[in-house]
Amino acid sequence: MLKLRRFLADYKKEVVIGPICKLFEAILELLVPLVMADIIDVGINTLHDSGYVLGRGALMVLLAAMGLTSALFCQYFASKASQGAGTKIRRALLKHINSLSYAELDRLGTPSLITRMTSDVNQVQQSIAMSIRLLTRAPFIIVGSLVMAMTINLQLSLIFFAASVLIALTLYVITRKSVPLFSSAQKKLDKIGLITRENLSGSRVIRAFSKQEIENRRVDAATDDLARTSVRVSKLSALLSPVTYAVTDAAIIAIVWFGAVKVNAGDMQTGDIVALVSYMTQILLAMVVVANLVILMTKASACAERINEVFETKPSVKENAIQNISVNEKCADMIRFENVSFHYNDGKDVLTDISFAVPRGATLGIIGGTGCGKSSLIRLIPRFYDVSGGSVLIDGADVRDYPFAQLRRKMGIVPQNSVLFAGTIRDNMKWRAPDATDEQIIAVLKTAQAYEFVSRLSDGLDSHVEQGGRNFSGGQRQRLCIARALIGSPELLILDDSFSALDMATDSALRRALKQCAADMTMIIVTQRCASVREADIIICMDDGRIAGCGTHEALMRDCGVYRAICLSQQSAEVSA
Amino acid sequence: MKKSASVKKTLARIKPYRIHLFGALLSAVVSISLTLLIPVLIGNALDEIVGKGSVDFADVARILGYIGFAIVGVSVCQWTMNCLVNTLSYYTVRDLRRDIFRKLNSVPLSAVDSHPHGDLISRVINDVDAVGDGLTQFFLQLFSGVITIVGTLIFMLAIDWKIALAVVVLTPLSLFAAGFIGKLTHRRFTEQQVLQGDISAFVEEHVGNQRLIQAFSYEERAEKGFDELNTKMYSVGFKAQLAGALANPTTRFVNALVYAAVGIFGALSAIGGALSIGQLSCFLTYANQYTKPFNEVTAVLTQLQTALAAAGRVFSLLEAEDELPEKDGGFRAENCRGEVSVKDVSFSYSPDKPLIEYFSLEVPVGCHVAIVGPTGCGKTTLINLLMRFYDVDSGSISVDGTDIRDMSRRELRKCYGMVLQDSWLFEGTIMDNLRYGNEQAGDDEVISAAKAAYAHSFIRRMPQGYHTVISEGGGNLSQGQKQLLCIARAMVSNPKILILDEATSSIDTLTEIRVQKAFAKMMKGRTAFVVAHRLSTIRESDMILVMRDGNIVEQGSHDELIAKGGFYAELNRKSV
Repeated sequence: MLKLRRFLADYKKEVVIGPICKLFEAILELLVPLVMADIIDVGINTLHDSGYVLGRGALMVLLAAMGLTSALFCQYFASKASQGAGTKIRRALLKHINSLSYAELDRLGTPSLITRMTSDVNQVQQSIAMSIRLLTRAPFIIVGSLVMAMTINLQLSLIFFAASVLIALTLYVITRKSVPLFSSAQKKLDKIGLITRENLSGSRVIRAFSKQEIENRRVDAATDDLARTSVRVSKLSALLSPVTYAVTDAAIIAIVWFGAVKVNAGDMQTGDIVALVSYMTQILLAMVVVANLVILMTKASACAERINEVFETKPSVKENAIQNISVNEKCADMIRFENVSFHYNDGKDVLTDISFAVPRGATLGIIGGTGCGKSSLIRLIPRFYDVSGGSVLIDGADVRDYPFAQLRRKMGIVPQNSVLFAGTIRDNMKWRAPDATDEQIIAVLKTAQAYEFVSRLSDGLDSHVEQGGRNFSGGQRQRLCIARALIGSPELLILDDSFSALDMATDSALRRALKQCAADMTMIIVTQRCASVREADIIICMDDGRIAGCGTHEALMRDCGVYRAICLSQQSAEVSA
Repeated sequence: MKKSASVKKTLARIKPYRIHLFGALLSAVVSISLTLLIPVLIGNALDEIVGKGSVDFADVARILGYIGFAIVGVSVCQWTMNCLVNTLSYYTVRDLRRDIFRKLNSVPLSAVDSHPHGDLISRVINDVDAVGDGLTQFFLQLFSGVITIVGTLIFMLAIDWKIALAVVVLTPLSLFAAGFIGKLTHRRFTEQQVLQGDISAFVEEHVGNQRLIQAFSYEERAEKGFDELNTKMYSVGFKAQLAGALANPTTRFVNALVYAAVGIFGALSAIGGALSIGQLSCFLTYANQYTKPFNEVTAVLTQLQTALAAAGRVFSLLEAEDELPEKDGGFRAENCRGEVSVKDVSFSYSPDKPLIEYFSLEVPVGCHVAIVGPTGCGKTTLINLLMRFYDVDSGSISVDGTDIRDMSRRELRKCYGMVLQDSWLFEGTIMDNLRYGNEQAGDDEVISAAKAAYAHSFIRRMPQGYHTVISEGGGNLSQGQKQLLCIARAMVSNPKILILDEATSSIDTLTEIRVQKAFAKMMKGRTAFVVAHRLSTIRESDMILVMRDGNIVEQGSHDELIAKGGFYAELNRKSV
């Protein structure tokens, strides 16, 4: 919880003034009984004067009005500080998440990040507001009562201290035990989020297999699990106020008993006992507030821990440069891999000893079987992952020396999964170049063979795109993704198996158009289809993480067994019909 | 949604737990009457302590003993009440989540397709949580409040019924004030929950596609977009919080005024001699006690308001219309032969954009249909209709002569095995995923299906083989591997009709040939619809449907269509 205090840094004023206002209100409230006493003692008993009574009554109204004003100020500051801090936390979270690499995001999981950014931040926010509202008043009353008790009778005030220690101990024990339970409850909430998300994204498959019942049972188990944990932790935290109550009232019994002894011995007046009991009652009321606050804080600190976990996750791929570096953009080889090897976290090499160079403006085809390392290879170019050995050079400079933005600006990437974002087609097309004009957008849509269907939509570029692009077919999405990568003329276009949902006719039309529209653009085509790479300047044939062959189609057909096998298999597939 | 409607519906949800509610009420009555009793007992004890040498210790001990019992009683009852109320709200929360979840699985697919998933997740997570919090606070405050009010009321009436009446009438004024503020601010709370949903949706979309964000250096713009939402959330949240927080000071102010009024009138009537001073001071104490519950209820008003707004969102989802009800006409998948017929079907996703019009097709048992056409011509739509993910607007589709609307969806879909464009796997072991369509399948059946789909070798190489857990969405597998698993999954379920939607497109050709051989084996004697790109698949099929703009423009065998020299022949020429 304390680790998050930096988010309150801009709200120092609110955090200080808010509680002061509250304290002021508490003091005013304590004055009211005194005024009332005045009314009774002076107004009724001594003066019998209605005028005096009315005057004091007016004073009470004034006190109430002042109390209202300061309470309003307190609420204002509390709302401002808590909402402000929450907003800052959410913002910082998103920024941090954006800096994380894929490996870390996989570990944290999207549904869990959603809960952390909403539910967990809400809890923290609420606890800040409550602290500002309540945290000063209760200790003020507790300390005040303790001091008053000491002035009445030092010996009996020991009972007060004993009670305070006992209550503090209870608070500590219960808090210690419930924090882990609260975090486990939040984790179970994550699980429910995960199942929900899976069910939404897999709704077709679930329905196709008529598995609704099984999914329902899965969520039943998860919700039940959460309910049980929540009930367990609530049983524990519900102990707080009864225990507080029992301890203070036991203290009252002790006060009455020892007070009786002292009165009997003539050391004390009965009135003193009355006063001590009433102070103890004051403490009790304040303690109950503290107990509730502690429950809230316990919950919030479990949430704060989960938020901190995100902040403490460090990206495995770090940006080393902040300033753009100068590179030789005339460098003959746009891309150069030098003895690159690579493995994911689990340690098994996915790529071994990869070396090749792609001249500027050339087309590189990468072909190979499923799991041969094609996709891993191209992920090293925009530096989604860092190489384990060797180096990747773009325009003669190591990708690790580039700032991310400068490096990635150079390339347009079309991923395997065609995903669009909620918004309009125009919004999606502006991803690479925020100031792209409609003419530019239409031009790339034409190149990507997407203009034909876009122009037939009644809203054209303003057509709505649903999250993920669900309202477009696989092939339409794929072409829109290609267009998105083409905007702003990237120097390098990376197509990661991006023709898979296209029919052969569209595929070949697209490749022709790409060649025409940008002759000087370097292009990498990752594919399973021989036909897609046949005309590439260089073809790399991958096999089990290594380069099995590198050269033109003709050269590979002659020299590379793996490539020949792939091509022949496809030809035979087409002929065997 | 109307506030009162939300309240009513929420309260209806706790019906199964009325025993908890009753127990909590009982505990509250006991604990609060004992709480009111303890000061009286203490007073009695003090009466025994008169002065030096005259303390009756036996009596004091006796009374203190009573107090001790009372304390134990109060503590136990308080704890019981808290536990019961918490249990009640946590179980209500559980039930709500289950119902929403079931709802999500029973609404028409179009509702799932057209709604941001993050927002739906937020309803399951955040909104339901808010409702639960609200329930807990509401009942805890309500019970202790009502009983305290009743208790103090009795004492006050006993002392002076006229002033008591004044207090009774005046205090609710504070509630009116709070209610007025509540009414004014309800919109803000609703807005707050809606924004919460938007934020969820944003995070879901952007965090889920982090690689794209990074590839396009979109981070800053994403943050800007988020900032917009976040800032809106701040201003709405701030206003909601503040508005909610205003209610409490206002209530206390009104109550302070009432207290002052009681003091003044009491004092005036004391001067007139109608009231003793002791009575007045006693009266004031009770008046103070009486107003406390009103103050406390408004202290949690923010939570109650949030809960109310959240309940509105929860119930609007729960009340969404279900898919058309099913008719179980006795059709059973086991007896399915696999004859499909489509008659005069028209369908469109939105009424203003007609898509498929008057489409007919007869597919006899064992016929292999290839669906061909330019991207986006409506092939996926056809599958949506065949599997009844969407219902046709007019016309009919039947399997073995039975209209698919006259059979249960379950039985219909059991007839089909499908491998879709987006390979979906869930978090669990590979074994569980493969058994998805047929839980009874034995290990050897699963393994032989995996072998047939050429998935066995890579599965074996994974750390725990078939028991390797794949993460949500199959994140740790390559696209091709996922698709192989989906094929194996379809093979395990052994259906009568196959739907293969561009399924083999991401698998390398070497594997693909083997997979197609396996498919050919599986397709033997079964009806199959294949959305196809490859000439080989297309040529081997019995019938080719050439689609364009949602319509079937040509229909026939490869040779017939080539001979016809139409759209298919043109496509064919372009792709070679």
